[in-house]
Amino acid sequence: MDFVVVQALTGLASASSLFLISAGLTLIFGVTRVVNFAHGSLYMLGAYAAYSFTGWTMPVLGGVVGFWAGIGLAVLAVGLLGALLEILLLRRIYRSPELFQLLATFGVVLVVADATLAIWGPEDRLGPRAPGLEGAVRIGRYGLPEWDIALIAIGPAVLIGLWLALRRTRWGVLVRAATADREMTGALGVDQAKLFTSVFCLGAMLAGLGGALQLPREPANLGMDLGIIAEVFVVTVVGGMGNVLGAFLAAVLIGQLHAFGILLFPNVTIVLVFLFMAAVLIVRPWGLLGRPERLVTHPALDLPEPIRPLGAAGRAAVIAAALGLAAAPAVLDAYALAVLTEVLIFALFASSLHLLTGVGGMISFGHAAYFGLGAYGAALAVKLLQAPMALAIPTGLVLALAGAALFGLFCIRLAGVYLAMLTLAFAQICFAVAFQWYDVTGGDNGLLGIWPPAWASGPASLYWLVLALTGAGIAAIRHVVHAPFGFGLRAARDSVLRAEASGVDVRFLRWLAFTFAGTAAGLAGALHAFFKGSVFPDTLGISVSVDGLVMMLLGGIESLSGPLVGAALYKTLQIFMISWTDYWRAVLGLIIIALVVLFPHGVVGSIRRLPNILGRTA
Amino acid sequence: MSLLRVENLSRRFGGVRAVDGVGFTVEAGRLTALIGPNGAGKTTCFNLLNGQLRPDAGRICLGERDVTRLGPRRKWALGIARTFQITATFSSMTVRENVQVGLMARHRRLSALLPAARQLYRAEADALLERVGMADQAERTAGLLAYGDLKRLELAIALANDPRLLLMDEPTAGMAPRERIDLMALTAEIVRERGLGVLFTEHDMDVVFRHADRVLVMNRGRLIADGTPVEVRADPTVRDVYLGAGETD
Ligand SMILES: Nc1ncnc2c1ncn2[C@@H]1O[C@H](COP(=O)(O)OP(=O)(O)O)[C@@H](O)[C@H]1O
Ligand SMILES: [Mg+2]
Repeated sequence: MDFVVVQALTGLASASSLFLISAGLTLIFGVTRVVNFAHGSLYMLGAYAAYSFTGWTMPVLGGVVGFWAGIGLAVLAVGLLGALLEILLLRRIYRSPELFQLLATFGVVLVVADATLAIWGPEDRLGPRAPGLEGAVRIGRYGLPEWDIALIAIGPAVLIGLWLALRRTRWGVLVRAATADREMTGALGVDQAKLFTSVFCLGAMLAGLGGALQLPREPANLGMDLGIIAEVFVVTVVGGMGNVLGAFLAAVLIGQLHAFGILLFPNVTIVLVFLFMAAVLIVRPWGLLGRPERLVTHPALDLPEPIRPLGAAGRAAVIAAALGLAAAPAVLDAYALAVLTEVLIFALFASSLHLLTGVGGMISFGHAAYFGLGAYGAALAVKLLQAPMALAIPTGLVLALAGAALFGLFCIRLAGVYLAMLTLAFAQICFAVAFQWYDVTGGDNGLLGIWPPAWASGPASLYWLVLALTGAGIAAIRHVVHAPFGFGLRAARDSVLRAEASGVDVRFLRWLAFTFAGTAAGLAGALHAFFKGSVFPDTLGISVSVDGLVMMLLGGIESLSGPLVGAALYKTLQIFMISWTDYWRAVLGLIIIALVVLFPHGVVGSIRRLPNILGRTA
Repeated sequence: MSLLRVENLSRRFGGVRAVDGVGFTVEAGRLTALIGPNGAGKTTCFNLLNGQLRPDAGRICLGERDVTRLGPRRKWALGIARTFQITATFSSMTVRENVQVGLMARHRRLSALLPAARQLYRAEADALLERVGMADQAERTAGLLAYGDLKRLELAIALANDPRLLLMDEPTAGMAPRERIDLMALTAEIVRERGLGVLFTEHDMDVVFRHADRVLVMNRGRLIADGTPVEVRADPTVRDVYLGAGETD
């Protein structure tokens, strides 16, 4: 019995930090309709800032006062940074398509991650214990840290404070009005810019507070940002986007799920959490306390350019490119050939994502799941069944297909940012399974020794094999885009209302697209396993998903050739940058932000628009 | 038997009774106008009729069949087509492709992965475009069309399924007067050719009284008049709530 009480209280303590961050995210979303990917980064910064500030204040002001002063300063600093972020970046993208907003805030994640590394270094930073709260309370045979009890009190206290601010102040009235109806704020004659900045600042302060209060529990470390964000997404989605009380409820439920899930399934509590979310979303697609939004008619992307079939010139160019690629081993050395092989694999990956996101309008932040399932499927076939490559690649394909078909069933029920968060959550499940199921997947040691057979092991022969298979995959994707299926998919992207009123089975087509794209990504993943000779959990990670999105965006989302050009550019850029700077991620983050703000049409789109632009200035 | 029979149809949003106990019929081969000031509940009525919204109460019968609870795709399959107040077309596709999507849906071909979609039902699509006077714009991107042309395109998409009942929500909104008359004359011709029933909303009283065979008037969710144009024009309540205030709207 005592044990149950201790577990429940521990769960409540974790729920408090989760709630603080989620409350910030949900407030910001409610008012600005932007999902701030960088919220986990603000949380991480809160912890690091608290580490540094308490280091200065505690010696000067003494234990208790110094500690809390340090926490307060950390919260203020993060809030200030949040306001700055809103003024410099967010303000420019409120009207951008959702995909672009998500990507831009992810760019911030990358920049903050490298800035943190540069400022505080790679080691974990162990903070002070809270003076006066260092001990533990005895509950029967068990001890509960006093700090956990403080956290349990702080969560509801912040909830009440927020509730009062939202109910009793003019600012609160405006925030609630804006959350209920975004158009209304303009009509009320509110100084919208100030309102948005203040909400973003407050949301950042809450995240910073969550991080600062976490410091006595765990050292500040560089994994905090992406470590927490998936769970924060789950809490906000389960609670209902934009609903603070919902976030609190969801945080408490999920805290308990962790605390007790660990007894039943020690290694896979994260899976339980996501299963819980999936269950909630099926019963209540808008979360526990969320309200259904008015019919959203604006598409996830706005793409005025139609996809045209290749003309004679286009066909000639494709044939020339194919011949050129086939002849590449004659001129390239082994290293360059390996680079090109990887480019081809990612070109297929980016194309498959483009089918889903560009053509289908379904935003995926978890496409790596299918890439990784393909890779693990192939590697496991080799390791467990001693399968030859000719069998292992199809195995990877089937695993990716099964995963995509299953997850797709849930994903097609949602759209926009909800979909983005659900796809991310599914990818994180796969990641967690690969990471934690040590006996089968080898955990973070990965699976090694996945080599192609002798006939395909030379750089040139492996290259040709990859060229043939990725070429076939890309050709298949192109083909279905021009088939009735692709037409229906684009129709549903352009106007769900029109499509449904014209008899288009939107959900089925989207499910088919999800499955098809997942399978193609699985082929890329299986090839990648044999190309690298190994598979690690990273192949399922969020950075692979984002790589795919950036390739697509870099090349241009409007055309089928965009992702191919993007993959080539991106990989080249990456190789060049990594040798040039240690802060490659920050550079990538800045590139993403620049793309979203300055060149939303990507390279191919900008080239196509060149005649218009020149014509206009002439 | 009427093509469409609606009884006691109701739907509320929070405290607003957007549609409140409305009942009427629509006959095949006739144009029925649904008029009323902004916010009267006309669009909500259309959304209930095409299945986009579920009613809180009431019955919708298409011919003999009770279709009250069916979603938009099932209703479409039974022959209910609509156009939207805020035109909804497939903006990144060409005009012809827009109609081809409608035709592929009708022939249940949309999940096909193999054929080249541009070659499918091309002639039929062109015939429909010809019918609505859009043949010369078949290759243009729908997103770049002028407003009146978008409305025509929407009509062609709706006709692609050879509907029995066509719901047109403000088909002429935002058009020049000349265009309005043309579009409604075209609609009237099509109604006569195909014998389908049309329910349309419209703010321009000239258009209503020139083309409608029957006029329904809504105000604040309720049906306040139902009759021939002449009867409705003479109705004092209608004059009060609508004709006096709303004509310029
Ligand atoms: N999705 C919705 N959510 C909430 N209220 C709505 C919604 N759609 C319509 N309404 C309300 O229902 C009433 C009728 O609107 P509508 O049917 O659009 O009128 P009309 O088309 O006659 O101008 C209005 O008060 C409107 O604000
Ligand atoms: Mg209306």
